[in-house]
Amino acid sequence: MTAKFRKPTEDPIWLKALLGGLAFGFIAVLLLLPLVLVFKEALAHGLSAFWATMTEPDTLAAVRLSLTAAAIAVPLNTVFGISAAWAIAKFDFKGKTFLVTLIDLPFSVSPVVSGLIYVLVFGAQGWFGASLADHNVRILFALPGIVLATIFVTFPFVARELIPLMVDQGRDEEEAAATLGATGFQTFLRVTLPNIKWGLLYGILLCNARALGEFGAVSVVSGHIRGVTNTMPLHVELLYNNYDYVGAFAVAALLAMLGLVTLVLKSLLEWRYAGELAAMHRH
Amino acid sequence: MSAIGLKFAPLQSRHVLPGFKLSLGFTLFYLTSLVLIPLLALVLRPASLGLEGFWDAISTPRVLASLRLSFGMALAAAIIDSIFGFIIAWVLVRYRFPGKRLLDAVIDLPFALPTAVAGIALSTLYAPNGWIGSLLIGYGIKIAYTPWGVLVAMIFIGLPFTVRTVQPVLSELGLEIEEAAATLGATRLQTISRVVLPMLMPAILTGAAMAFARGAGEYGSIIFIAGNIPAVSEIAPLLIVTKLEQYDYAGAAAIGVVMLAASFVMLLALNGLQSWAAKRR
Repeated sequence: MTAKFRKPTEDPIWLKALLGGLAFGFIAVLLLLPLVLVFKEALAHGLSAFWATMTEPDTLAAVRLSLTAAAIAVPLNTVFGISAAWAIAKFDFKGKTFLVTLIDLPFSVSPVVSGLIYVLVFGAQGWFGASLADHNVRILFALPGIVLATIFVTFPFVARELIPLMVDQGRDEEEAAATLGATGFQTFLRVTLPNIKWGLLYGILLCNARALGEFGAVSVVSGHIRGVTNTMPLHVELLYNNYDYVGAFAVAALLAMLGLVTLVLKSLLEWRYAGELAAMHRH
Repeated sequence: MSAIGLKFAPLQSRHVLPGFKLSLGFTLFYLTSLVLIPLLALVLRPASLGLEGFWDAISTPRVLASLRLSFGMALAAAIIDSIFGFIIAWVLVRYRFPGKRLLDAVIDLPFALPTAVAGIALSTLYAPNGWIGSLLIGYGIKIAYTPWGVLVAMIFIGLPFTVRTVQPVLSELGLEIEEAAATLGATRLQTISRVVLPMLMPAILTGAAMAFARGAGEYGSIIFIAGNIPAVSEIAPLLIVTKLEQYDYAGAAAIGVVMLAASFVMLLALNGLQSWAAKRR
């Protein structure tokens, strides 16, 4: 008997091959093939056709609108995330668990419903629709509506990363700083911020990716005015529905690149600073 | 220290750090004005229809078919994702192979790829002349522009949830229990199915619930591949959009309320699952 000894906790080779094959196959077909296809279709008619779409005024307007919406929504949600995490982690008050559940709520709401709620508030038949029209203020089918929808769908990203992280880190260091005479702002800047910087960056990264890529919620409030209220994902839809497949996949490739960059940065943060990310403790 | 001093200690420590009123005040203001009031507008809107009108709005065959499709396919996708999520988590945690980190990072692709991008890619891939669709058409199988397209898109967007909830629990699970099972004469498959799987059950169910919730509400990655035939491959979120385009705000809100109620139930179920998992630990 020369059979090699196999540890009892190690799977037999046939099981390894079976499960490994299933896992690889599933990931390759389900996740990687669509990604490969995006880049292949974008370059189906060569680089010049790709470039022609990218430099079209409507595409540039869509890029500009997406960046503008993200540039407003992400900082606001970052300030909110820090503020919520500070209140929840550093103080005791009633209803804290309920507050955390409410902050997470936008994640479990369908993107379309996330857009719908603002239509019901600001739309022509909505709560403030008539008075907004009287004062000639445009919220829906304009930048403010797109920003609101973006804020809603990216609402919890920074907060849900910072809250568990800051709860874990406790209050001792901040209390020591305050006792030694530091102001609240100094305490935050010199003591809290260095402790949470990687978690904060992680939350902002995910928040930004979703802000640039959001489709459903923004689609409901945007009005789809080409070159005016079309964000990058909406422009993809418009080109695709107009049978401009190369154009649609060119803009999609740009969004996919953004997604890939996010994925690489996210993985780097997870590998290098695992101990300083709340996501790594929970997951 | 006197009894009074001890009694006051926690109260004093609460006041050592500044910014309580400011941070909680801003948090509540931001949350209320941007999330809670708009959600209230949704919940109150169908009230204009009355209970009967609300029921009429959601009990039309087209609305019922869309809800059945969204929730039914989300359930099927969640089950398929749970099975493959477990297999992928097992391979990632237990096996050693080159490129493991890369494979691990790829799992989050559906999170990172905007849904519209996934939507047009899946649609092109599974169309009758697409890379996968052309292979399947030979067997008479059509995916794109049928309800099966909805299922494929939901499987795509739900997979990270099921892998990412099982993976950390599995890597924390000690090998001792499996060694004990093996010592007592269990075969490898028995050990996995009778010892490991039951211990992972809360995590598997949590991942399935998250994938289900995401799939039921999903819009962007589905509408391109589904074909959107009313009462056949039209999902509930799309019907909300259609009703809005017809200025039927109350009808849109009625479906929205049903979707929101389902989200609440899922949120409660997830909280229940988490406390169950915490108890078992």
